[in-house]
Amino acid sequence: MDAGLSLQHTDFELFGLPERFAIDLARLDATWKQLQGAAHPDRFATETAAAQRVAMQWAIRINEAYRRLKDPLARAAYLCSLHGADLEAESNTAMPGAFLMQQMEWRDALSEATSLDAVDALSDEVAASRDATLKSLQAQIDGAASVDWRAVAGTVRGLMFVDKFMSDIDRRVDALQ
Amino acid sequence: MPLLQISEPGQAPDPHQRRIAVGIDLGTTHSLVAAVRHGVAECLPDDQGRVILPSAVRYLEGGGRQIGHDALAAQGEDAENTVVSAKRFMGRALADVAGYQRLPYQFVDQPGMVGVRTRDGVKTAVEVSAEILATLRFRAEDTFDDDVHGAVITVPAYFDDAQRQATKDAAQLAGLNVLRLINEPTAAAIAYGLDQGVEGLYAVYDLGGGTFDVSLLRLARGVFEVVATGGDSALGGDDYDQRLASALLQRAGLKSLEALTPRERRRVLTAARHAKEALSGIDEVSVSFEVDGVVHDLDVDRTEFDVATSELTATTLRLIKRVLRDAKVSAEDVQGVVMVGGSTRMPAVREAMATLFGKPPLTNLNPDEVVALGAAIQANALAGNAASGDLLLLDVTPLSLGLETMGGLVERVIERNSTIPTAKAQDFTTFKDGQTAMAVHVVQGERELVSECRSLARFELRGIPPMVAGAARIRVTFQVDADGLLSVSAKELGSGVEAAIVVKPSYGLTDEQVAGMLKDGFATAESDMAARSLREAQVDAERMILATESALAADGDLLSADERATVDALVARVRAAARDAGEPRAIEAAVEALAEGTEGFAAARMNRGIRDALAGRNVNEL
Repeated sequence: MDAGLSLQHTDFELFGLPERFAIDLARLDATWKQLQGAAHPDRFATETAAAQRVAMQWAIRINEAYRRLKDPLARAAYLCSLHGADLEAESNTAMPGAFLMQQMEWRDALSEATSLDAVDALSDEVAASRDATLKSLQAQIDGAASVDWRAVAGTVRGLMFVDKFMSDIDRRVDALQ
Repeated sequence: MPLLQISEPGQAPDPHQRRIAVGIDLGTTHSLVAAVRHGVAECLPDDQGRVILPSAVRYLEGGGRQIGHDALAAQGEDAENTVVSAKRFMGRALADVAGYQRLPYQFVDQPGMVGVRTRDGVKTAVEVSAEILATLRFRAEDTFDDDVHGAVITVPAYFDDAQRQATKDAAQLAGLNVLRLINEPTAAAIAYGLDQGVEGLYAVYDLGGGTFDVSLLRLARGVFEVVATGGDSALGGDDYDQRLASALLQRAGLKSLEALTPRERRRVLTAARHAKEALSGIDEVSVSFEVDGVVHDLDVDRTEFDVATSELTATTLRLIKRVLRDAKVSAEDVQGVVMVGGSTRMPAVREAMATLFGKPPLTNLNPDEVVALGAAIQANALAGNAASGDLLLLDVTPLSLGLETMGGLVERVIERNSTIPTAKAQDFTTFKDGQTAMAVHVVQGERELVSECRSLARFELRGIPPMVAGAARIRVTFQVDADGLLSVSAKELGSGVEAAIVVKPSYGLTDEQVAGMLKDGFATAESDMAARSLREAQVDAERMILATESALAADGDLLSADERATVDALVARVRAAARDAGEPRAIEAAVEALAEGTEGFAAARMNRGIRDALAGRNVNEL
């Protein structure tokens, strides 16, 4: 039996996409649906238990890859891990001073924001900063002849703080509504 | 008992023979069964032409039952023994049931799930629901004069794991083969998507008798992708009745709803429900009810009703906004909002939707039937009756899943709105030197504190080799299957010593408990348990033989001659066991051997399917 594609292939290989940061989201989406169309357990509801087990494994693997490729931060972290640059998300918390200052300012602004409008304004500001960092991440990864993966990992770590903060903002919005 | 079908010796029945597959909407206030006939989904009526079965079961003297309309009619005089809205108690402890003091039952707060004491003993929502499901199953079998092969049963999208598991247990108790549990708004979207040909980003607003769901879906040519979902599994039309009833009692200067006798309460609530329904068509209605032997007549207009219930509608709006935020879209991006559930007939609800989305909501399919119709379409596809590739459902898990960590905090492992099936592993470590066991507590919910989330299961991982604190690596894997049901396993990796355990949520019934309920004279139980399980094993064996043969017909070229001979021998063994073995275990063993022996074949077939899917894309692109 021909080995072909396996569960161990990388997310990029599985989706037939070039291994880079910039991604064609429309193509990612279409491929996801095509792959699930072939692998989803619903397609195997009348099949043998073995076929159903295999379908479940594949459907889970396809969803995992899709979720990772779709989210720019997860995608960047995944590229780091493919290139052996450990994010050390738990142990390495050293961040540049300016970044930490910014974080503190935002946290203060959030704790002082009492209206939905104030939280929304902060949310917009954080989102804009995040977008700018993602742009520079793209230049760091796709634009360089030889990528400094340790530096990329540092940027990704910073973005993880920002994402965490954005989910705190969302929670505040929930509480205010 | 329906007769078994026997084919000619040595001949398999036609693999393309149509299987009877039904969709069942197991609702809080009423339930329906639908099936695809002549290519069209339709709700199946009872012998009096009624498609709606009230979700009511009355337990009679002498062990009999009334189910549906008869039970509902007797509700006023025998409230204690007539269980309605049992869905509110599915997978719930007494403390979880909001406002149980207002209900006319003697609740029994037993471990696992709350029970109701009736003259026929304590009944849980699983048993009550099983009666309703069995009634619908018999209705379908009478309609088709054939066995039901399987059913798709709908659940509120916002049902948690315990509620889903309880629903599946009820179906099993009713003798139904569950092809899939699907979410109610998703089922409605299928019906709309296929019937009305809608495409794009749509919201489904589903306000039923006791539950509220909102799902945001992207619809495109047979693909139903749920982007985000939210809701409240304890908010529905019943609550509107209670608010109106309370307002009326207050205006009449009477005592509160809680202080009435069960019979008075039932009558006031029934009067309020009738007024609510009437106010969907007219502006003012008169209400009459009896308290302390005095009949009270009041007029109520739509404005009073809207004021009394505005908080409930506002809650649904807040939940919609959260779903929009989760999906990172705004109300203007939504192309239409589909109304599902009888409670969406209320003008105030429709107006609120029109205001939020800036366009009138879609109400062209019957809001009572649309969920059952969508479930029937999916059941037909799952049973293999529809052309493959017609329909693909990509649904999500509604609530985050996580573990308890130090200090009673929740570590989320699977985030809400993850597409299912999904699995995620996370590594944890020990807290103390020499720690050899670890307690794993699985919870569901969005809050940071364990005490504010729903506890799903607890288990212990033992046999961790003694190490210093923080040295062990315990990998906990969460898996949510296509029914939205969770299983959790844990193993110690660091030392190479592995221990793994798989848990079922605390609310799920064990197979023994289900068998016990069946034995206790359940309405659908066949007299002979042994005969029933033998028959199930034979049917299952037949299914596996057919499935293997059609796989061989399609992709047999993937196997070498030796591999083919092995599979053929395994199939022959299953066939022989199903024919000759008088007991189910021998048949199950042969089926399991076939499953194991065809694992490689299944993997190779999947591989081909995946490559074809990718190749198809590449061809399309050129």
